Amino acid sequence: MSLIVEVRNLHYTYEDGTPALKGIDFDLEDGATIALLGANGSGKTTFVHHLNGILRGSGTVVVDGLPVTEKNLREIRKRVGLVFQDSDNQLFMPSVIEDVAFGPLASGMSAGEASDRARAALDRVGLLSKADKSPWHLSAGEKKRAAIAGILAMDARLLVLDEPTTFLDPPGQRGLADLLAGLPQACMLVTHDAGFACRLTDEAAFFEEGRIAARGPMAEIVRRFEW
Amino acid sequence: MRHARIERWSRGDSGIHRCPPAAKILATLALLICIATLKSNAATACGLYLALLMAAAIAARLPVPAMLWSAAAVLPFALCFAVASAFAGDPERAVRLVIRAYLSSFTALLLIATTPMPELIAGLEWLRVPRFLLQVMQFLYRYLIVLREEANAMRQAGSARGGALRTLRFRQAAAAAGVLFARSYARAESIHRAMLSRGFEGRLPARLRLR
Repeated sequence: MSLIVEVRNLHYTYEDGTPALKGIDFDLEDGATIALLGANGSGKTTFVHHLNGILRGSGTVVVDGLPVTEKNLREIRKRVGLVFQDSDNQLFMPSVIEDVAFGPLASGMSAGEASDRARAALDRVGLLSKADKSPWHLSAGEKKRAAIAGILAMDARLLVLDEPTTFLDPPGQRGLADLLAGLPQACMLVTHDAGFACRLTDEAAFFEEGRIAARGPMAEIVRRFEW
Repeated sequence: MRHARIERWSRGDSGIHRCPPAAKILATLALLICIATLKSNAATACGLYLALLMAAAIAARLPVPAMLWSAAAVLPFALCFAVASAFAGDPERAVRLVIRAYLSSFTALLLIATTPMPELIAGLEWLRVPRFLLQVMQFLYRYLIVLREEANAMRQAGSARGGALRTLRFRQAAAAAGVLFARSYARAESIHRAMLSRGFEGRLPARLRLR
């Protein structure tokens, strides 16, 4: 099977001099799901922000066969759907449907086509009835699903979810797990919640001080790092 | 919360709610110009304007007492200038200023209480208001509420530890404002990252027509 993500020797240091990533090597097969576990500040989020060029460190990052370079950014951002931890940061348009249609419109699609895509994505996450609501009318679980609809509308090939269970109650977490389990795309879950990740994958990578300390079956990682 | 209440009002169903947003904006603008150009001895006209606005609120099935109260939000500011005018020896102007401010506030409130924000922005866009202004308005509308919730969370965190806004000293209040600014800045950065990750290249795409 082909690789959707190939990362080699990735280093990144924040402007204040804090080294965040110290030589990451990482591969992910197309269609696979993996959980990225690790303590706060271990580099998980910094790492995934390199996958669509929001952050640019030294080393090589290739997504779906395309190197993450300035020239490829537009295409890369269509292929990598990043769902942020706080959905309020992601839902910035005045209505849900406009927010979901933002990505397709930004990629140059016509308004009619973007609207159709947005409606189909909302239907897929069960939010079509809330299409013309303001995002702040939604519950935390609905906001998360709206944020996911936003990246599904872009036809992303890789879904990256940063702390997807934050602010979600147990029924909301179950609903999200069911939704993600039904999606065919490759998926990376940045999470502290190994229980949630277990519902979706049995593979995990453990981050420690900017490095991948181990990668393997979830149960083994959880046991080894007492997670 | 006031913003939630006005948002709820704007989703009502009446003839005024169903009017095209651009028509409502133009009517509001015309009324605001009339109010701004009121003569000094126009008590009857003021009464008529208020009656007209209240009739429109009733026709839109809005709660008139709550509207009258909400429109008074501008009075503390207007009163500051009015007091200055009165001290400067022009009490008539002071009264006029307060009346104009109140009527203008009620007029604007009537517009936003009968037009959901996405439609209002669409109406302004139709009237060729510069896109940049609309984008600022759109983000302000979206995030003012979030920032207000953050400020409330900070206030509650302070109250939970025995503090209260009233008892804060200037230095503490300034520090709290600084923290709120830092949080807002961090949020702005996160929003920008989220926009970049979805293909934003410095210009928001044209808005979708919902209806």
